[in-house]
Parts: sequence; C-alpha cells; structure tokens
Amino acid sequence: MAEMNMAKSINLALFEAMEKDSRVVVLGQDVGVDEGVFRITEGLHAKFGDKRVFDTPLAESGIVGTSIGMAINGLLPVAEIQFAGFDYYAYQQLESHAARFRNRTRGRVTVPMVMRAPSGAGIRALEHHSESREAIYCHTPGLKVVMPSGPRNARALMHAAINDPDPVIYYEPKALYRLFKEEVPDEIEVMPIGKAQVVRPGSDITIISYGATMRPCLEAAELLMEEDGVKAEVIDLLSLMPLDTETFVNSVAKTGRAVVVHEGPRACGVAAEVVSRINENVFLYLEAPVIRLTGYDVPVPYFSKEKFYIPDTDKVVEACRKTLRF
Amino acid sequence: MPRKELEFDYTVETLSIVDEEGNVDKALEPKLSDKELLDMFRWMLYSRRVDERQLNLQRQGRIGTFPQSTGHEAIGLGSVFAIEKSDWFVPAYRELVCFLYRGWPLERLLLYWAGFEEGAVPPEGVNDLPICVPVASQLLHASGIGMANNIKGENKVVLTYFGDGSSSEGDFHEGINFAAVFNAPVIFVCENNQFAISEPLHKQTRTKTIAQKAVGYGVPGVRVDGNDVLAVYVATKEAIERARKGEGPTLLDCLTYRYTPHTTADDPKKYRSDEEAQKWAKREPLIRFAKYLEKKGLLNDEKRQKMETEIDEEIKEAVKKMETLAKSKELMEPLAMFDFLYADVPVHLEVQKHELAESLGRADEVSAKSNPQRSIAGTAKRGG
Repeated sequence: MAEMNMAKSINLALFEAMEKDSRVVVLGQDVGVDEGVFRITEGLHAKFGDKRVFDTPLAESGIVGTSIGMAINGLLPVAEIQFAGFDYYAYQQLESHAARFRNRTRGRVTVPMVMRAPSGAGIRALEHHSESREAIYCHTPGLKVVMPSGPRNARALMHAAINDPDPVIYYEPKALYRLFKEEVPDEIEVMPIGKAQVVRPGSDITIISYGATMRPCLEAAELLMEEDGVKAEVIDLLSLMPLDTETFVNSVAKTGRAVVVHEGPRACGVAAEVVSRINENVFLYLEAPVIRLTGYDVPVPYFSKEKFYIPDTDKVVEACRKTLRF
Repeated sequence: MPRKELEFDYTVETLSIVDEEGNVDKALEPKLSDKELLDMFRWMLYSRRVDERQLNLQRQGRIGTFPQSTGHEAIGLGSVFAIEKSDWFVPAYRELVCFLYRGWPLERLLLYWAGFEEGAVPPEGVNDLPICVPVASQLLHASGIGMANNIKGENKVVLTYFGDGSSSEGDFHEGINFAAVFNAPVIFVCENNQFAISEPLHKQTRTKTIAQKAVGYGVPGVRVDGNDVLAVYVATKEAIERARKGEGPTLLDCLTYRYTPHTTADDPKKYRSDEEAQKWAKREPLIRFAKYLEKKGLLNDEKRQKMETEIDEEIKEAVKKMETLAKSKELMEPLAMFDFLYADVPVHLEVQKHELAESLGRADEVSAKSNPQRSIAGTAKRGG
C-alpha cells in the first residue's frame, strides 16, 4: 500500500500499463519531455522513450484521428488532450470513426484507444479550461465514458480503459489531481467499466454523483447524519456510459428519494438520463420528485464567480432536505 | 531586419507519360510486362462496367444513392497497382477500381450501396479500411497507421485517397502534417476532379495546384496527369520507394475531371457547361490507355469485346449474389443493429433490443433477463 494523490495514481496506471504491454503508447501535446502540463505523464518518456511516449503537433483532431489509425494497426494509444475544453476539435473523429468502426465492419476493424483529458472547474483556470462536457460523449453511441473520483478508482479505471476493446473517454476531474491522498494497493486493480459503487450505505435518500462532486456529496451525507439523523446512501457512478442502472435503481427502490449531482450543465446531462431511468424502473417507489443538482445551463463563469456555478456541500444538503421535506 | 528573400529548395514536379493520342514518352515508360499492362486495362474496364451497371441498378431502385467513379479509374488503379497486398489501403469513396483490385467481392461492394453494413467489412488477407464518407477525416487514420508501422518497425506503406474539396478540411492539413512530422510512410493521393459537388476548384483554394500545398509540409508534391494510368503508377511507385526507404510521405495531386454527377442524386447541369465536359471527354483515361495498348499491339476490338463479355457475366453473377444476400434472413435481421457496437453488448442495449423485439412481436426471442425493468404494478410501494 502506498499513499498518493490522483495525479500520481493515474501516472502510476500509465506506467504499469506501458510496462505490461508494449502496444501501449502515450501521445499528445507536451506529454513527452515536459511530462504533461499537469505532470500526469511524469517519468514515462524517460523510461519508455520517443517511440512510445511522444509529443504531437498541437492538433486535437490529429491526435485522436491518428490514435484511431494506430489502434486499427495494433497499438493501444492513450491520447492526452491537454484540457477537455479543446477536445471538440476531435469530436468528428470520435463520433464518425472511433465510435463506429466496430459496428460498421461487423467487428472486423476495432478501435481500442483511450482519450484522456482534464475536465471540470475549480482551479481558477482561464476561460475554456473548466468545462464538464462528458454528456456529449454519453450521447455518442459506440463510446464508453468514465470519470474517477479519487486516487484508487482513478488507477483502477485507467487500467480498465486501456484493457477495453472499445474506445474509452477518460475524463479526469482536475480539481482532484492534488486535493487529497488515498491508500492505493501494491497490486494492480482493474475496475469493470459499467459498474457503479455504493460508497456510503444508507436508507433514507440516495445521492447519486460522480467525479469532482463526489466529495461534496459525501460531506453532505455526513452533515445530514450529524444534523438531521438522516441516513443517505451515496453512489459513485464511475462509468457514465454504460451506466449501471441496476445499482442506483435498487437504491432508490429502497430509499424512495434521490438527488442526482454533477458539475456539467443540466439540460440533457447525465442526471437527466439517471432520472429517466429511475422513472422508467421505479416510479411508484418514489416518495418525492428526484432533484437534479447540476451546473447551470450557462458556460462556466470566469473564475471570480466559478464557485457559484459548482454544486457544493451546502447545495447538496439543501437539495436533500428539500427532497426529504416533500 | 531588411527585406530579404528566403530561398527554398522546393519545386513541384508534373508528370505525364501517355498523351491523349496514346503516344508514350519512352524515357518515362515504366517497365511493366504485357500481361501486367493488359491486367491493368482489364481492371479499369471492369470498374467502368460496374459503375455503369450500378447506375442502372440505382435507377431501378435496386441499390441506393452512390458516387459514380467513371473517369477515376486511372488514378485508382495506377496507384493501387503499385502497392503490395500487405500494405494499407485507406479509401475515401470514389475508388471503386481499388476495392475491386484489392479483392473486395463485388457483391459486398454492392451491398454497401444497397444499405447493408456488411458491405463495409474488409475481406480477409488485406489491410484495408472501408469507404469513408466524412471527407478528409480518413487521412488521419492513414497517418496513424503509418506512424504505427514506424513504431512497430514494419516496412509497410499506406495509400490513402481524397478529393480536391477535402483539401479545404482541417483534417487534410493535420493528416499530412502528422505524417510529415512523424515521417510516416503514407502516400496521399488527391483525386483532383476539380469539383466538390457544385463548387469548382477555385472556390476551394487560391493555389494553382493541390500539389504545391506539399511545400508547406516539407514533403514532396507531384502534379500528375490523373487520366494517364502509367503516370499515376510511376509517381506512386516513386513515392512508395521513398516511403520504404524511410523518407516519409508524398502528396500526389492527380488531375482529372468529374465525368459524372457527384452522386446519382446530383444534377451538374445547374453548375457546369457541356462544352467543358466535352473538352475533357477526349482526355478520358480508358480511351487513352486503350490507344496506347493498341499501338503496342496488345489490344484490339476483338480482345476488348471478349473482355467485356466476360466482365459483364461476372457482374451479372455478383448482382445475383448481392440480391440473394440482401433478402437473406441473416442480413435482414433488424435485431442485429445492437450486436456490433461494443465487444460486449451493454445492458441498456439489451433493453433496447428487447424493446424492438417486442414491437416486432418477437419478444420471446430476446432473453427477458436482459431487461431489468421492474414490474411496476406488482411491487410498487404506494399507489400499486
């Protein structure tokens, strides 16, 4: 066991995967000698050299498009997009190709690649560096989308993403990179994509979230216990596509109340999908309407006011109380 | 700093070997055997006949919209004839002759235009990708494949195709730039037919040629007579030799004319003149290559007639096979739409598959356990 932060644990996963399988290559702007602007690729270039860890021209469509070609030709590329706010350049490649090759060739041509990018707000970053747009990729049939919420699951999810035979979008909540440390086991853990985790059991209300908002959700659950005696069950989705319907539906069947929390905008977001599935599966178990606590449907404000945009502990507590009072 | 002129060692070469009358430039004529030359002609003729037959099939409603390729046979065959089976072929969508030459069964190609994904499945034994509709996006796959060849130490080249309109796309720039920076063995073949649907070349670019764009990437660019199959062959062969020696990519700008509408859904009368088309008609690649072969004593009317009869018979068989396949239970299975998206079918797709099966009155065929929906009426806490 070693204690480390999430930046280190993602780096460790990349290192382990590259050591284990010579087909794994890491590419992107600044990932080589500079070791990534967030240092996620630290030590990789020194250890594995130019052929397996390489700087690319500054072109996101190019990074993803050539990764698709490399994946088709037998490699396992892990492409870094420096900030999620720039991966829209690559959307055509993801939507039209990464997500479709397997389907349109009936399984003959496949694209086992990972696109990883730092996502989300909360680090007082410049414009275009704080978005959470994971829902776009959940809306793209053929992709898988995962988001870790801490050092241990970040490493385990990265291994799963690299092992996966299909393209995986791996969004890293960058506010968490160095926020806290966690024990990470010595042996490699692989977390199945498509499974959620009940991270705090409870019986009165279900709080469903993922990524950076997991911390406020857990803090809110603690506060609700201390102040109201309410036992909140907290679920970390981890995988947004596929979504583990069973885990949250079972929980809501038990609690009858739910709040779904994420940082990305509300309209057509992940929470909208979660609420729909709750309605489709356990509508008559509900004691109150399910609340979506999300980013607002506006661009993330510049950092002087970004904290008003992000769902925080107080907002989660308030949403839960509202649901419980209904 | 005073004004100065920087000098660059760039030139853009042009290449033409056989003229409109079938006269050959002996110094440039490639060393191909009589058999190879006749084979080349046969592939081009085969492709032409297929294109013509496809038009009939489309008009009869037996296949859907498709982009015609008449007039593009020299670019396609001249280039693809220069690569090995183990090399990579990354197409756009007007390379019918390449698909045929690479061994794609004709019935499979027809299935694609008849609306079946099965038509996009590459055959065994070749490193080919299927048709790519979003223009220029495939160029990045070609570059990535070439980069992987370098990483793996494999001496295979990648042949990829695009049109003049594609050169306006960002992925054209990124594709060539990545291949250039990583010294990837990729040959970028521009089928410059001077039209992107209705827009003539000057609406895509201010440059005189596509070839000169290579200068901006530090790679060789050649303007090739795209109606001269031997010129395309020689230019590609030279590009491949450079690529195999580790000298990286080449851009070939093969000039032709779009002799047909863009697709069967297009009407060029709205945007271009008959005179222009007539001017280009006499430069057409099959006529020219036939004249060359006749002058060499390799081809005559009788031989050509025999080839055409054989080809038409092959096409007839393929159409029959395609229509049998298109009616088969396996290819007409709507529930299969869920089966190939991911290596393992995720639960939400199982649910949706069940939903479609139900609407088809076939719910019993799809396992009920795959549907996690609860029986609402039976187990509800309240109101049930």
